Amino acid sequence: MDVEILSRLQFALTISFHYIYPPLSIGLGVALVIMEGIYLKTKNPVWQQMTKFWVKIFALTFALGVATGIVMEFEFGTNWATYSRYVGDVFGSALAAEGIFAFFLESGFLAILVFGWNRVSPKVHFFSTIMVSLGSMMSAVWIVVANSWMQTPAGYQIVGEGMNARAEITDFWGMVFNPSSVERLIHTLSGAWLAGAFLMMSIAAFYILKNKHSEFAKNSFKVGLGIAVFASLFQLYTGHRSALGVSRNQPEKLAAFEAHYDSSSAADMYLFGWVNENKREVNFGVAIPKFLSFLIYYDFNAPVKGLKSFDEKNLPPINIVFQTYHLMVAIGMAMIGLSLLALFSLYRGRLFQRGWLLKIFVFAVMLPQIANQMGWFSAEIGRQPWIVYNLLRTSDALSKSVEANQVLFSLILFTCIYALLFTLFIFLLNEKIKHGPDATEPVISQESDAS
Amino acid sequence: MEFVFDLNTIWFILIGVLLTGYAMLDGFDLGVGALHLFMKGDNNRRVLLNSIGPVWDGNEVWLVTGGGAIFAAFPEVYATVFSGFYTAFMLLLFMLIFRAVGIEFRSKQPMEWWRKSWDVAFSISSILIAFLMGVAVGNIITGVPVGADKEFAGTFMSLITPFTVLVGITTLALFMMHGAIYLTMKTEGEVQKTIKGWTTNAIIFFVICYVSVTMATLIYYPGMVIPFKEHPAFFIIAIVNMLAIANIPREMHAGNPSADRRAFFSSCISILALMSIFAIGLFPNFVKSTIDPSYNLTIYNAASSQGTLQTMLIIAIIGIPFVLAYTISIYWVFRGKVKIDSTSY
Repeated sequence: MDVEILSRLQFALTISFHYIYPPLSIGLGVALVIMEGIYLKTKNPVWQQMTKFWVKIFALTFALGVATGIVMEFEFGTNWATYSRYVGDVFGSALAAEGIFAFFLESGFLAILVFGWNRVSPKVHFFSTIMVSLGSMMSAVWIVVANSWMQTPAGYQIVGEGMNARAEITDFWGMVFNPSSVERLIHTLSGAWLAGAFLMMSIAAFYILKNKHSEFAKNSFKVGLGIAVFASLFQLYTGHRSALGVSRNQPEKLAAFEAHYDSSSAADMYLFGWVNENKREVNFGVAIPKFLSFLIYYDFNAPVKGLKSFDEKNLPPINIVFQTYHLMVAIGMAMIGLSLLALFSLYRGRLFQRGWLLKIFVFAVMLPQIANQMGWFSAEIGRQPWIVYNLLRTSDALSKSVEANQVLFSLILFTCIYALLFTLFIFLLNEKIKHGPDATEPVISQESDAS
Repeated sequence: MEFVFDLNTIWFILIGVLLTGYAMLDGFDLGVGALHLFMKGDNNRRVLLNSIGPVWDGNEVWLVTGGGAIFAAFPEVYATVFSGFYTAFMLLLFMLIFRAVGIEFRSKQPMEWWRKSWDVAFSISSILIAFLMGVAVGNIITGVPVGADKEFAGTFMSLITPFTVLVGITTLALFMMHGAIYLTMKTEGEVQKTIKGWTTNAIIFFVICYVSVTMATLIYYPGMVIPFKEHPAFFIIAIVNMLAIANIPREMHAGNPSADRRAFFSSCISILALMSIFAIGLFPNFVKSTIDPSYNLTIYNAASSQGTLQTMLIIAIIGIPFVLAYTISIYWVFRGKVKIDSTSY
């Protein structure tokens, strides 16, 4: 095992594990704002009970997000030092901005959100909830800006040559609003909202099936459902825009998504298939003919640039990009279907009687988790062999002073520690679910003391 | 080298500010962690945990932002140090993870074995974080093998020398003192009495370490004091440091909340003074090369472009006042003695 494959594996492991948590925090954060807002408006104690319960779940996901997130900040330097030298101006700035504008905000106000119930007025507490939610989304902004720059670099110039070449910013806003930032940001955020929403619906459905905490569970399910319906449909729009962007800015990646090889023909859209990379064809595939051409050009017969027209050296592994992309889309569609079905059932007053549907929702917590991971796998593997598209290759971006045995050591430790953390996360989550929400508290008519 | 108040110098200072802020804030979190196992009893340990409970996460952000700022302003330093000190940074990361989850998970279950295990994890990780950071500072003082290609050319073991270990222990001692003073402010009754007893020992431990490190630096790394030789006015900082440290037992003896706060403030001043002395001795270098001083990573040859430094400065000027404002407000909300309630750790 050489240092490159070990470093790639380690980055994949650490970022995938990390990515379980911030989307949950972002999704739950939005839900918390909704629930606490409704409580302040209606003074119905069930909504405060809901807020207090979901805050505890939020705090758990947040802590793990922080613990695994510091790893990411350090890992650019430890394992990808050449990359860091190359993009410090750009990527480093975005990361520093994330620290100043997002991390301080969410971690600071988290104190009041979790611990400050009895120390501040309800309005100040609600303000803190909003700040934490805002902070979590600001965090998404800056990291997506940074990653988008890796996909569609803009606002820069390359200074120096060979080993000393590096990117310098020429236009800060051009860098921030690079061609793919906005569409990828709203796509990522929407995926995060789905993660939080489906977690809420899963736990709520579980309580409803067990006939426990009825009012709490039904209201929680409805909040989750509202977010899920909006976000899953919104993903059609954001996904479409992102794909359009990829067709313009990273045509190899788009061709890989659908394993489209021939540039002279229109592109089909597969529902599923298996790419035979040697023969350059898709086997066992079911496709909607020419549909990709239509989606991109609004013309069924428009040719789409195919994989054959690119230098092989500059192509990603095709099958894995194809599979991850299709799995993400399939799950995205499933989430729309499930959400609309639940919405319709709710409208008919049948939702909470449909045990089979609730049972699906208990397990559906995994849907956005898998879709979010598959989306990122598709995006990041699809960008290979580049770490910065068309500028720097991943294999040239490694840390020169790090040896394979060092990375093997850290990789093994990360695997063990993350396996432990995941077990503990599931255990504690399960205990919280078993414990359920605390009893509703009587509503105090005046604002509580600030001391 | 000339001191010119340019963007590179401003960023040297700003990173110093971020790391000093980190030391003043997460310093007491780590200190409380280091002291944790000395406190016996589940309720007492919960008091210690909750003294830092609401604020430790925000405090840790100073490290994250400091790291981000180094990446943005001096990417060559970030790359060389983080990859060069690879194994040490990985150990640091694992300890940061265990500290975070230790605090978060510890009281979530009632079983004694659960709580005691997380107590150990919380404490040992806090101790090792403080120690490892000190070892890193020690290596910045001694210099490390850096080649013409700006890459680290040493090994993990070469980072562990008697001097760097001494700086590591000193950092631990400093944070233990700082943590003990913080706890004196935040606790009452029997717990406070126990901690006040420790504070004296912590101060003595720190002073012995500090004097030893100072002597070792003067003898073995006199390059660090050349700026003091050339500008004797800097000596005032060392004197302020000693006065601040001396003020601590004086305030602790008075035994009232205002005096406890002044003791904590004095400890913060001491940290500021120490970081200043370190920064003055280091300037304008970040990483000194033991192979050849012309390979040093300085604020000039390791920096990002002027445009980036300027943009980053604007970001800092906009962002930092907000951060300070709401951080101070949040500390104010949690002022006073620790109270355990249903939301506590």
